[in-house]
Amino acid sequence: MKTNRFKVLGALLLVGALASACAAPPAAAPAQPTAPAAEPTAPAAEQPFIVGMVIVGPMNDKGWNEAHVLGAQYVMEKMPNVKFEFVDKVNPADRPNVKGSQVADELIAKGAKVVIFNSDDFKDDALETAKKHPNVVVIHASGDYAWKEGKNYKNQPNLGNLMTKMEPGWMIAGCAAALGSENGKIGTVGPLINEETRRYASSAYLGAKYCWENYKKRDPKELQFKITWIGFWFNIPGVTLDPTKVADDFYNGGFDVVMSAIDTPEVAVQGKKAAEAGKAVKYHHYNYKGGCELAPDICLGVHYYNWGPGYLKIIQEAMAGTYKGTWTWAEADWSNLNNRDTSSFGYIKGNALGAENEKLLDQFIKGLGDGSIDLWKGPLNFQDGTVFLKEGERATDQQIWYLPQLLEGMEGPSQ
Amino acid sequence: MTTPARIAGLPPAFYRVGAFVISLIFIALIVLISGASPVTVIGSMVGGAFGNADQIGRVIATLSPLLLCAAGLVYTFNAGLYNLGVEGQITFGAIAATWLLRVVYPEGATASLLPPPLAIALAIVVGGIGGVLWGLLAGALHVYGRISEIFAGLGLNFAATGIAIYLIFGPWKRPGVASLSGTQPFDESLWLGTFGNTEATPVALGLGLLALAFTIIVMRNTYFGLRLRAVGRNLRAAYVLGVPARRQLLSAFFICGLFAGVAGALQVVGMFHRLIPNISSNLGFLGLLVVMLVNFDPLWILPVAFFFSALNIGSLQLPLSFGLESSLAGVIQGLLVLFALIGHGLAQKYGRKPGE
Repeated sequence: MKTNRFKVLGALLLVGALASACAAPPAAAPAQPTAPAAEPTAPAAEQPFIVGMVIVGPMNDKGWNEAHVLGAQYVMEKMPNVKFEFVDKVNPADRPNVKGSQVADELIAKGAKVVIFNSDDFKDDALETAKKHPNVVVIHASGDYAWKEGKNYKNQPNLGNLMTKMEPGWMIAGCAAALGSENGKIGTVGPLINEETRRYASSAYLGAKYCWENYKKRDPKELQFKITWIGFWFNIPGVTLDPTKVADDFYNGGFDVVMSAIDTPEVAVQGKKAAEAGKAVKYHHYNYKGGCELAPDICLGVHYYNWGPGYLKIIQEAMAGTYKGTWTWAEADWSNLNNRDTSSFGYIKGNALGAENEKLLDQFIKGLGDGSIDLWKGPLNFQDGTVFLKEGERATDQQIWYLPQLLEGMEGPSQ
Repeated sequence: MTTPARIAGLPPAFYRVGAFVISLIFIALIVLISGASPVTVIGSMVGGAFGNADQIGRVIATLSPLLLCAAGLVYTFNAGLYNLGVEGQITFGAIAATWLLRVVYPEGATASLLPPPLAIALAIVVGGIGGVLWGLLAGALHVYGRISEIFAGLGLNFAATGIAIYLIFGPWKRPGVASLSGTQPFDESLWLGTFGNTEATPVALGLGLLALAFTIIVMRNTYFGLRLRAVGRNLRAAYVLGVPARRQLLSAFFICGLFAGVAGALQVVGMFHRLIPNISSNLGFLGLLVVMLVNFDPLWILPVAFFFSALNIGSLQLPLSFGLESSLAGVIQGLLVLFALIGHGLAQKYGRKPGE
């Protein structure tokens, strides 16, 4: 009996360890809500307008998720009577047995009049929530169900989409990477493969190719642009590839510039280590405004999301009762990319770019802004060699949004 | 070691209740350290599990597969087996059910090739078969390969998850998209019907209760149950006395795999409506805790499983209302289990025996 009891205890410990390991991967940082959480007993002098936000990863990830939280804070700053309720790490690895739609139900039960889902992975949950709660405005950031001219339109009046038109941001990033590279070997640590990530990676490639040829006056054949997809927006041990290892592989494999396309900062962290070990490497960050602070000396730049203005407009309309489910592909303010009141994305140049390259990058940004540089224009081929755009043909929004393959010249899987 | 006289010889219930009270004090301390009020947190978690129809529905939706897994594990535990592979058996059941549904409703089709109720029923049956295959594989490794069932099971868990991820990112990926969010959701005609607008499905609940009732009867009233316990208590003696030990062990894996596979199929047709990488939602591990906590006696599974389902659902309130890490619920769960075991052990060792 004694041995049996020990076996029970041993097994319990093992099961407990496994269950907790599955429930909370070590990579996930604890949630630190930046807004005061709801106090059910708080006196309600003035009823706040509650907006719920369902966040796929940790809200303090210095990446995609934190950018949404910053957007929410911007709205609360401009509209003091609006209060956000956040639930982060809503994904099957961090919260097994919890669906995004369930979290939305909870938020609505707490009085949310608008619910924002912040990841492409929530498309089914957003639709389910919108159908179940027709009086609640449901916003799916990055989706396309509300796009009448899109492939996946669903006639659900209370469901809307907001997405930043980040493609030019990726072109700027690609250009900075090419300007910063000496040997033309640019690696990208990518998340999962979908239409969004394909068009982003392709935009980066177009920007890199343009600047490599036109500003650096180098042979396009010398440019190697490789992407490795880890399988999700951030590391899930045992499920995705480890972005730390992928970044290391690039740095150790002779790639002198590595771009991050994931939500978390492994590319910067490993780049810093490689540079400290004497390697001449640089990185380009993504998503989070403070991305260059992680390793300032080797940072080429960062393009970051500015969700504030887009969310502000939607919430103002929702409060007024005038919001109609629309698909918004929010443009940048080319007169000042870093204007937090007007631009959907911003760009911050890093120290590693250098004064000369800064001027070239400014020239490139100006060209994108005034339309004199238009890179979604033929001739362009897909990765498999088939024609994407004929000579002089310009890609439509649909062709860009639903890009079916990477472009010719890029390394890495399209599907 | 001498028995401390002051705590010996009391009624067994004293130790169990005492341990429960101490666990509550520990939990309150941990919640206080996390910066919240224990009373408010517990009140909010109870409210989060039973506050409205949606939440009650979710508790029931979690309870149903949990009952199936716990009932299945009663067989393996009573046969002396620690079937940690139950997670893999759920996952493989879910994979098998998804396969069946993809066959009867191919991509691009506009309707199911079979009447939807038949397709769902078949998916559940095929899910059960999938679970049986995975369970028997662990059983064969244990019985014929002399591999510890714990390691065989854990290894097969990784294999099942690996297959699920491969399918989701590979042959079964959504058109143009490979994502951890899973395969393309099935057409709504292939979803199990629910109680009203909630997520609880009568079929899943019925199957869970049926499996539990069946298990109670088998374990208490049948020769099979008796032989299973005999094998569990002393494999060699049972063999010498003429109990076909191998067959008994494999039967336990068979039944546990069947129930876990059905649970996996229900996760697909009743809960997620698609295959996701973590389709088991750790309910197998939760089932192991439940069964160990009730000392392998199926009679107590229902209330304990219900309690853990409520804890599982109510814990969403931790991040929602208090900004607390919801894995704190795992700590609460672990403390309850640990102290319940301590109470159980003390009751057995020091408790007043009948007639004393």
